[in-house]
Amino acid sequence: MSSIRLFLVALLAHIGWPLVALAAPHTPAADAVVVEKLPLRAQDPTSRELNRLRAAWRQDPQNPELAAELARAYFEQAVAEGDPRYLGYAQAALKPWWSVTEPPPVVRLVRGMVLQFSHRFPEAIVDLTEVSRLEPNNAVAWSWLAAVYLVTADYAKAREACDRLKPLAADLAVVGCLAYVDSLTGRAQFGLERLSSALLRQPKADPALRLWTLTRMAEISERLGENRLAEQHFRAALALDVRDTYLLAAFSDFLLDQGRPAEVLTLLKEFARADTLLLRLALAAKDAGSPNAAKYQQEMRERFDAARRQGDALHEKEESRFARSLLKENQRALALAESNYRIQREAADARALLEASIACRNPQSAEPVLEWMAQSRVESVILQSLARQVRAIKAPDLTKACT
Amino acid sequence: MHLNRWFSICFLVLLALSGSAQAHKSSGSYLTIDVAPQSTTGRLDIALRDLDFALGLDQDGNGELTWGEVRARHADIAELAKNHVGLKSDGAECHLEIGQQQIDEHSDGAYSVLPLVWQCPKAVQTLEINYTLFADIDPQHRGLFNLRFGEQSQTAVLGGDRPIQQFEINASTQSPALGGGQALLQFGLQGLWHIWIGFDHILFLLSLLLPSVLVYQSRRWVPAEDFRQGGVEVLKVVTAFTVAHSITLTLATLQWVVLPSRLVESTIAASVVLAALNNVWPLFQGQRWTVAFLFGLIHGFGFASVLTDLGLPSSALLVALFGFNLGVEVGQLAIVAVFLPLAWGLRSTAFYRRGVMTVGSLMIAALALVWLTERLFDVQLLVKLPIFGSYR
Repeated sequence: MSSIRLFLVALLAHIGWPLVALAAPHTPAADAVVVEKLPLRAQDPTSRELNRLRAAWRQDPQNPELAAELARAYFEQAVAEGDPRYLGYAQAALKPWWSVTEPPPVVRLVRGMVLQFSHRFPEAIVDLTEVSRLEPNNAVAWSWLAAVYLVTADYAKAREACDRLKPLAADLAVVGCLAYVDSLTGRAQFGLERLSSALLRQPKADPALRLWTLTRMAEISERLGENRLAEQHFRAALALDVRDTYLLAAFSDFLLDQGRPAEVLTLLKEFARADTLLLRLALAAKDAGSPNAAKYQQEMRERFDAARRQGDALHEKEESRFARSLLKENQRALALAESNYRIQREAADARALLEASIACRNPQSAEPVLEWMAQSRVESVILQSLARQVRAIKAPDLTKACT
Repeated sequence: MHLNRWFSICFLVLLALSGSAQAHKSSGSYLTIDVAPQSTTGRLDIALRDLDFALGLDQDGNGELTWGEVRARHADIAELAKNHVGLKSDGAECHLEIGQQQIDEHSDGAYSVLPLVWQCPKAVQTLEINYTLFADIDPQHRGLFNLRFGEQSQTAVLGGDRPIQQFEINASTQSPALGGGQALLQFGLQGLWHIWIGFDHILFLLSLLLPSVLVYQSRRWVPAEDFRQGGVEVLKVVTAFTVAHSITLTLATLQWVVLPSRLVESTIAASVVLAALNNVWPLFQGQRWTVAFLFGLIHGFGFASVLTDLGLPSSALLVALFGFNLGVEVGQLAIVAVFLPLAWGLRSTAFYRRGVMTVGSLMIAALALVWLTERLFDVQLLVKLPIFGSYR
């Protein structure tokens, strides 16, 4: 009898449960309930530095030096946390000069950085080029120019910008810059060797710079098909214990490609907050058949929807992957990947477009990528294999695959 | 200084080369406004993270916001909203009152939810919103706006370069676009459609009707002699079911009684199991109309959830309710009209008494048992075919 009662109680608890979990406005039960975790604590050095800069800027918001310094600090925070809120804060600090044609170089440099982060590459190039013209020794301007040219697949200009860095920046940074260009222009093995010997030469380099170098080495190894080596580099980079969204995303993609979703779930457990990492969590959860799969997917969908409503088109590559892999909306995935590739032309962007073209059995849409691959002579096992699949598609069959 | 500069160059070089991985959506709030003939109300959800940046909510600086810390700043939060969300009706300023805040979760974190009530000088025709929330500290912040009036709704993005936006609310759309007759017809068709695709309701009814052309004698089913007897039995069951679900459909639609949907859906599945098994091992012989009535009460809640999902015009609520119910009854009668002659004709055959009554009922019970498990434990056992579409 008591076991029946127990069963009934359990049953009722089960039925009642979704009512509790249902999201709706509610009043927390007690003052002590923690309702939100903030990215920074007041005692954190970053937090103190930001407060100091902000206080100084408040005293004199028209001072370009103070404004640029504050904006740059917020910008760095945006990159570290992957949170564009800080970009908005940076933009607010630059407000007096945001729409001015010729702001002072110190401001213009940060404006260019913020613009490129918002994927406004042509405007960013104008700002950064102008700063590097006025201040040819400005290493920051040259490095950002190199970065923007790499994203837009202008490798000759990128290499030139790297060269201009030589007398200005740390050896590892310059070598890294050039090696990265090499890796995309048919000299991946050479670039990899350059990176690893530069790393050996500078064992005391800053951990953040080492992390960056190791991440690149891992990616290049992966493209060359040396997965074991790639994993070694990824793990060495993770062991540096520097928080880096990009590294986590790259390693997760590597693991997903290897069919190891369970490891992704463990790796990213704490990072669902960042959209790019939530996407990997959702993909891994689905692959692993995790009970959280539906939850992650729903959350991801809500964030994309909100971002889209906000007129924010910065996530097209990720959303394309989401639409294709999780929602099976191949047509939309292709449209997103195509639109993204018009703006960004890195290896990951190329991959997104190839995969979407294959899912849609529409080889024509992959033309720009195939052209880029032929021109740049990029080496990548995955891209080559996808390109073969695209070429194997006889005729576009839009009616069947793309709905 | 020198070292510091060197480091910052290195750092930026490597930042530059780590690609631009934007990982979050930008800051956004959610504003909903309901314009009704007599009142203009709404709700504003602001991210606690944004509020913390603007107002410094984290009193103890430990990086965790407690409800106490948020609650303590209610006045400042309300003030911020008042100063930055302005509403004008036909050029005249509306006065905003803000109720007690609550907390809600959106996909990117916790939000403070502010209930809003505006007093406008006269009924709203042209609504002008002036939205400048966080414009000074985060120019990328936007307000995701949902304006609802009557059956209409409109969305917009507020803030940025266009802080002031206007929306037309014409009187004809404020009252429901549907006339009474149209609403009756439209909701009638919906009711018809939902009994038709609501497989669980059909199976419940059929399970109770199957034995009405038979009589249970000495532990076996024998054909009934008298058509009237069978007809009366059908009438009793159908009437009891109808009366019962009409009662609860009304109660639930008017929100006088609200039950958790999982409980409702599970009990509906259980009712089908019970009704079907009763045909194999009769428990409530001659009392089937009682069963139809009791479980009909629960089925009414199921219908109500459909009706609510359809979105009810508040002004034509009763018409919609009546129309929907009428549709359900017509659909039900159609099923009975097909069932009764067929069953009467076949009642003497072994096919009916063994195949339909026993095997058929067992199959219904098995299917309903699967539904029951699915609904109780929120899992999916069957591949979802459209025909199995239950009311969710």
